[in-house]
This record gives sequence, structure tokens and C-alpha cells, in this order.
Amino acid sequence: MTGKIRALVCAGALVAGLAGCSSSDGGDSGGKVTLTYAYWDNENQGPAMTKIAQEFTKSHPNIEVKLQFTPNKEYWTKLQTAAAGGTAPDVFWMNGPRIGLYASQGALLPLSDKIAADKMDLGKYPKSLVDLYTLDGKQYGIPKDFDTIGLWYNKALFDAAKVKYPDASWTWDDVRAAAKKLTDPAKGVHGIGAMAWSQEAYYNTIFQAGGYVISDDKKKSGFDDPATIEGLKFWKDLLDQKLSPTVQQMTDNDPIEMFKSGKLAMWYDGSYDASQYFKTEGLKAGVAPLPAGPKGKATVIHGLANVVYAKTKHPQEAWEFVKFLGSEQANRIQAESGAVIPAYEGLQESWVKSMPGLDLQAFIDQLPDARPYPVSKNTAAWARLETDAITKAFTDGQDVEATAKQLATAMNAALSQEK
Amino acid sequence: MSTAGRAVAVKAAARPATRRRLRDRDWVWGYAMIAPLVLGLGVFYLWPVVQSVYYSFTEWTLFGDATWVGLRNYEQLFTDPANGRALRNTFVYGGLSLLGIPLSIAVAALLGTRGLRLVSLYRTLYFLPVVTMPAAVAMIWTWLYNGDYGLVNYLLSLVGIHGTSWIAEPSTALYALVAVGIWTQIGYNAVIFMAGLQSIPSHLYEAASIDGAGRARQFFRITLPLLSPSIFFVSVLSVINGLQMFDLVYLMLRRGNPAREETQTVVSLFFSRAFEEGAKGYAAAMAVVLMLITLVLTVIQFRVQKRWVHYA
Repeated sequence: MTGKIRALVCAGALVAGLAGCSSSDGGDSGGKVTLTYAYWDNENQGPAMTKIAQEFTKSHPNIEVKLQFTPNKEYWTKLQTAAAGGTAPDVFWMNGPRIGLYASQGALLPLSDKIAADKMDLGKYPKSLVDLYTLDGKQYGIPKDFDTIGLWYNKALFDAAKVKYPDASWTWDDVRAAAKKLTDPAKGVHGIGAMAWSQEAYYNTIFQAGGYVISDDKKKSGFDDPATIEGLKFWKDLLDQKLSPTVQQMTDNDPIEMFKSGKLAMWYDGSYDASQYFKTEGLKAGVAPLPAGPKGKATVIHGLANVVYAKTKHPQEAWEFVKFLGSEQANRIQAESGAVIPAYEGLQESWVKSMPGLDLQAFIDQLPDARPYPVSKNTAAWARLETDAITKAFTDGQDVEATAKQLATAMNAALSQEK
Repeated sequence: MSTAGRAVAVKAAARPATRRRLRDRDWVWGYAMIAPLVLGLGVFYLWPVVQSVYYSFTEWTLFGDATWVGLRNYEQLFTDPANGRALRNTFVYGGLSLLGIPLSIAVAALLGTRGLRLVSLYRTLYFLPVVTMPAAVAMIWTWLYNGDYGLVNYLLSLVGIHGTSWIAEPSTALYALVAVGIWTQIGYNAVIFMAGLQSIPSHLYEAASIDGAGRARQFFRITLPLLSPSIFFVSVLSVINGLQMFDLVYLMLRRGNPAREETQTVVSLFFSRAFEEGAKGYAAAMAVVLMLITLVLTVIQFRVQKRWVHYA
């Protein structure tokens, strides 16, 4: 009897296992291959992703693409667990801070040979993005889109305070002067939002001051560099002069919402938030290139890439799909949806035109001054230290210089553990 | 398993066939009954514990295999200043959550008041936070604590106090979280205390009042000693829950909150080490140490209870 039960259990497990396998892998049913494509932004980019997948199947009838959406907050945890278990999606979105870790740990398929064999021209994408996804001379991702940062401003508040709109000629001094004029404590309006966000805020000013976040050889932190500290102080001064809400206030109330509701006159934010400002009713927003610092102009450029999972069962089909994702056709679909700036050369125009009334050209015009988003092999290990330290430094009564120097020591220790 | 079964069968062979089959079946059914629980506990609790201990001696990178590194993770534990801070926060959290006990006793006593109207409504209201999803609790309290528009600060402003951004201010955030933690536990604790209060025989109170003992004296000489087993049970649970504090920290403190360092608990630090930074072996060592600390504290509580817990 026990033997029978055992056999039954085994058989049951087998059936369940098989069912599990076939449903998760997609398998080959009738010569058809199903690829899974994972991404994290459904609200803005879901429609474009669906359309791209459909178009791909039209030209590759034997390959079907299953879209797998996971909210950003859980995306990496889920992907990491799946990759460790050998069941990650065949193709998925990748970002700058994670590429080093995923590529160096062998989770991604190197694409260099396939790029060479198919004579794919990487010159069609911004060089800083192609470089972002290159590790030890191997290409791991095909750029999907890119973003730069701009100075957003509320036209109604500028008009009321009779301040000239920002333009390409602005410098840090203009920002400070305008913030002073625009701040109106009685109405709860602040001239600017000085939030301790890296990509949107202080990375840009660090570069504009001539500083750096991480050395080119990825071995040394730049946070003890005087120019870097100057870039941080730009924000700290605005906070100290009460021209911005406190960091605590902006933690309680999302500064993006504050800008939308007319509580902030100026706000540094990326091109990826353009569509939500465009859609906000009652908000007359404008955008200008980032004002120049002591060492000139600079903006952070970052962009996503499509990558192939190293253990995919269908490397050739996955590559075909990634190649399609990087094609002019797929980029055009992205551009017309307006959600992101497509990475493919010459298609930025249609993105700019997708939101009439907003001068989105400011984001494209800054490309010559764009600086790559700072990363190393294990960015996450020091990014957490950095966020905590800089946020702390931006609160009342904290000394930016001392905190930044402590951060540099801690970050150097984290970097020394990278192999 | 089958050898043992055969041994039973051999022994039973001398007996009538029907009885043998019955005994045989008893044995099978006994195991069958506890199998779901044993399997569940084994697969989801015990085996992971064993694995965690093993992995705490390895370097287990994001997707790679685990390589044995001996005690290196444990050495690192003692040199990383973040661990000391997280441990201190965790102890503060575990210790302060004991404040929930007197509050819960008071609530239980009030709910047990004879002749109280709408008692089932009150009971439901006090128990609701226990069955509410932590995510919803976190969201509501995040609003209540909002520095500019929160209800807490509005109420304070009525009495002339200018409140702060409770969960974004490094000096208040930990205590604000503790308050939420206590609030969610009061209902559960109160149920245990209500059961404890009801089991105290009423003749003790009658005898005491005949002897001239007042309400306060009755409370300290009768209620409290006879409630002590419940108090002990709740305090062990509160401390263990406090040491495992994670959900509120994770849900209420958004990225970029300046109070992160002041509120980071061992488990929330464990989460970022394991799942954000990919240092899973090191994180496993943290989990093992936390388990040992919990074990030691619980053993101490069991030792000390002999001095103050009265089992009637």
C-alpha cells in the first residue's frame, strides 16, 4: 500500500512538474517558440510594448512574445530570484546601475558576436549609452531609450512674480536669484525643490561644478573632491535659505506632486516625467536646458537597454527579438507613444513633437553636454550608502562637506570589494 | 519506514487478523494526520533555517554558486557600523513594544466592564487593526503622520503645538513607527488579556472586598498576579515581533527618507543586503545572529518568569 502511495505521489509530482515547466517555459508547441519579455513601466510604456511585440510576431510568425510586467519596486528582486533559479525571462529591460552586476555575474548573454555577424550598427545610438552596456569589451545590451534632465518651471508662478523664463543662457546665479524672487512663504510657494535625488538633482550639479561621482577606473569615490562638494552645496544653500521645502517635507509630500500643484516654481526632473507634466490639468509648465555651473553645462544621461538572459532556451530567437527592439521600426513606435525618447538616431524629433506646447527640444539639445550616469560593477552596494548620506546631509544643521568625506571613505571601501 | 511497519506486523501476527489490520492502520493514520503539518513546517521553516545556517558560511553572490568562506561573514558583521545601529534600533523597537502590554490590559479591562453597551462593536474596532493588511496600515499612518497635511499635526495645532514630519524627521521616526506597531498589536493582546481576566474566579474579589481591599489593591494583589501567565505570553510574543520588525519600515519609509539610518532594523538591513545588494551569504549570517539573539532573549524571559509568573 505504501509503495502504491509513493508511486502515486511521484506520478503526481511529475505531472505537476511537467505542467509547471511547460507553462513557464512556453516550450515548442508545433515549431512555435514563445519568448518572455519583462519590463517595469506599464502605465507609460505598456501600449508601446504590446504594439512592438505584435509587430515582431507579424514579421516572425514562428516566434510569439509574452509580455511580463512587474512594478519597478519588485522588478529587481523578482528578476534576481528568477535568474538565480535559472528561470529568468528570455529578454528583459536593464538599467545602468544594475548592468555591471548582471553582466559580471554571467546572467546576461554577450551580444558582440551576434552584432558582428548581423552587421548591426551601434553608431545609431548615443555613444554614452552603448558604453554603459559594455563590460570588459563585450556588448551586453542594445540601447532602448534615453533620458536627460531639464529645468522644469511653472509659467504661471513666473508670470506672477514677473521673472523671466529660464533659457539656455542661465547659470547657477540665475537660479538662485529667481528662486529668491519666486519664494512666497505666505502662499506656501517655494522657488525650487532641492531634493536629495541623484540623477535628477545633485549628479548634474556635481558635473557642472567640475566634480565626479566615481573615477573612470571605478576604483575611487569622488565625494571628497572639492568640486563635487561644491555641486552638493548648490542645493544645500538653497535649502538653508529656505528657498526650497525641507527634505522632510518633500519626503512626506512627493515633490513631483508639489510641482504639479504649483507649490514649486522650479524643479529639476527628467524627460521621462514629461508626459505626466504635459497631462496635468491647470499646470502651465515649461522646460529649459539645465543652467550652467562654474565649469559649464552638463546633464546626466541614462537609458535602458534590452538584454538577453544567459540561460535562455532560445538564444537565437531572443537575439532576433532584441535586434527588432533596437530597430528603427520599434523605436518609432516608442517615439510616437511619447513615453520615452527612443535611442535610435533621428527619431528624437517625433518624440519632441508628441507633446505640443512643451519645448522638449531642450532635452535633445543637451546631448553634447551629456555625462553618463555613474556606475560600477556593484553600484547598488554604494548607491544605498550614497542615498542615505546625501539625504542626511541635506537636512537641517548637517555639514555637507563632512558627510560627503565620510561617504567617500565608505564608498571606497565598497569599491575595493569589487573584483 | 517499511522495516518498522514489518516489525509491527510480525509482532501482531499472533493476534487475530482484524485487530492486526486495525493497529496497522492506526499507525499509518497517525502519521498521515500529522504529515501536512510536519511537511509544512519542515519544508517552509526547518529546512530554510538549516540552509540559512549553511549559507551564512558562504559567499553567495547574486546568481553564482555559494563558495565556502568559513567565518568571514561573521567577522564582517562586527566591523560594519550599520549593524550596530540596526541592532540598537531593533532593541529599542522590541523594548518599547512592551509598552503595549499595560495599554492592552487597560483596553481589555474596559471592554470587560460589566454593563458596557455596544461591547461587540468596540471589540471589533479594537481588533480591526490586527486583521488589516500591513500595507493599508502603513499607508493610513503615513497620511496621519504627514508634516504639512496630517491629522496628527492638525490635532496638535488645536492645542498650540507645531508638529513635525513625524516619519521623515530622524529624531522622531523610530518612535512614530513604534507607536504604529503597538497600535496594530493592541487588539490581539487585548483578546488574550480578556480571556485571562475572565478566568479569574469572582469569589476572590468578593472575599477581598469583604476583607476591605479597595479597587486598586484588588487589581495589584489579585488581577495582576493571576494575569501574569497571559502577560508573560504576550511579552514573549511582543519581543519576538519587535525583533523581527520589517514591514512598517519597508512600507512607510520611502527611498530618500532622511530617517532611514535611524529606523533601519536588523531585518530591513538584512533585506537590503540580500535582495538589493546581492550579498546573500552575508545576509544569511545576519539572520543567524538575529535568531540567536532572539533565542537568548526568549530563554532569559523563560528563566526570569519563574520569579514573577503565578500559575493558579
